[in-house]
Amino acid sequence: MKFTLQVWRQAGPDDRGHFETYEAQDVSDEMSFLEVLDVVNEDLIREGKEPIQFDHDCREGICGSCGMMINGQPHGPQRGTATCQLHMRKFKDGETIVVEPWRAASFPIVRDLVVNRSAFDRIVEAGGYISVNTGSAVEANMLPVPKSVSDAAMDAAACIGCGACVAACPNGAAQLFTAAKAQHLNLLPQGQAERWTRTEAMVETMEEYFGSCTMHRECEAACPKNISIDFIAYLNRDYVKAKTVNRNLTGQGLSQ
Amino acid sequence: MAQVTPRSSVEAAVRPIHQKGRPWPWPASLYQTYTGKKWAMAITGVIGLIFIGGHMFGNLKLYLGAAEIDAYAVGLREVAYPLVPKGFLLWLTRILLVAALAIHVHSAWSILAHNRRARPVKYAGKRDYIAADWASRTMQWTGPIILLFIAFHLADLTWGWVNPEFVHGDVYANTIASFQRIPVAGLYIVANLALGVHIYHGAWSLFQSLGVNNPQYNALRRLFAVGFALAIVAGNISFPLAATIGILE
Repeated sequence: MKFTLQVWRQAGPDDRGHFETYEAQDVSDEMSFLEVLDVVNEDLIREGKEPIQFDHDCREGICGSCGMMINGQPHGPQRGTATCQLHMRKFKDGETIVVEPWRAASFPIVRDLVVNRSAFDRIVEAGGYISVNTGSAVEANMLPVPKSVSDAAMDAAACIGCGACVAACPNGAAQLFTAAKAQHLNLLPQGQAERWTRTEAMVETMEEYFGSCTMHRECEAACPKNISIDFIAYLNRDYVKAKTVNRNLTGQGLSQ
Repeated sequence: MAQVTPRSSVEAAVRPIHQKGRPWPWPASLYQTYTGKKWAMAITGVIGLIFIGGHMFGNLKLYLGAAEIDAYAVGLREVAYPLVPKGFLLWLTRILLVAALAIHVHSAWSILAHNRRARPVKYAGKRDYIAADWASRTMQWTGPIILLFIAFHLADLTWGWVNPEFVHGDVYANTIASFQRIPVAGLYIVANLALGVHIYHGAWSLFQSLGVNNPQYNALRRLFAVGFALAIVAGNISFPLAATIGILE
């Protein structure tokens, strides 16, 4: 197979950036999309040119490093997979493929297809954790967790933080990421102690960096882990409850 | 709770697009956040849906004749009379509706401005939407169309400014006189189609905004939105159509 790639090249955060056209020859249909970029990069290196920069690590869809807009869809045309799991058999031979980085105010472009996703870390820092005393590990079976709860929590915890939800959202909102990161803890008994402070802090930090959800459902369709927008509804529910609970706690001298 | 001093150049490269202000007293503090504004938008949307449903259903009295609908208009002023003065509930409803509309429009405006800040640089290539439908992406256009239509509709059939044959209290004659002008009938039809598209998305997404989600019943939410939008559009469009083709005269 062969493809024409139109790839976004941008020398740095302040560069204007532009599309550059590359030909990818002798592509096997079993190659992943990242491997095609590797092939193009080897040609570029041989010609003494700057290779295309892109994030990648595990190349098996669990690290969340890779991610780019492929023909206007985050992670390309295949549902429920990251860019590294996208095989070239999903494309037509000879097709022109447009490749672009995620675009959002809080995902500034570092170079080419690499964006700075550290705003996600700000959201997780705000409350995407549980506080536990260190020491000898507690016997795991002492804390009963219903199967349905652990299943639902695991569905949310599948989030790999790739940023496709923000990239897909016409509003540049990070609701699906925040909902997944908050709800996987809010569902579990271990997450209850900090549930309401977590919810309020994470939502309000999210709003400092990202847009607001208007239920386009584009994030759910783009998510490589198929995380459901149901979690967004649960987060919205928890958020308003958190505002009330936290106010009541302040009234008992328990200010945060 | 953003870090005040960035700890690295990576962190420093990302600046917040929105700063949380001093908190207002609860529950107004909710409206300071966009998630809270979505709640306000959904609740005022529900108020709007209840009104639109009642308005359409009441207007079906046009088909029962002039005497019926004129009596209905008088009756609206006498709801709960003599428990409360005449027109009391009517004015209470009007105030509630104007307040709900103001909140609905303000929250929409605020969220839209915030969302524009969230993606200042658009995608250079063509976006290929998978799930976002035409209705969800045109809320910001169907909304202003409906707003302008409400202004025209009030000027037409409440105040009579744009209806030369307007006589206060003569509901049936006013309505038919208005609808028998082809451009006006066309405007009502276009505006109600926009309303239908707006409801198609709004009457579904309000459940998500309010956290009303139960996977067992989620399919019903879309059914409700489609059914409600269809009923409103069919009912409301039937009036100008019936007046134009002479069923109502």
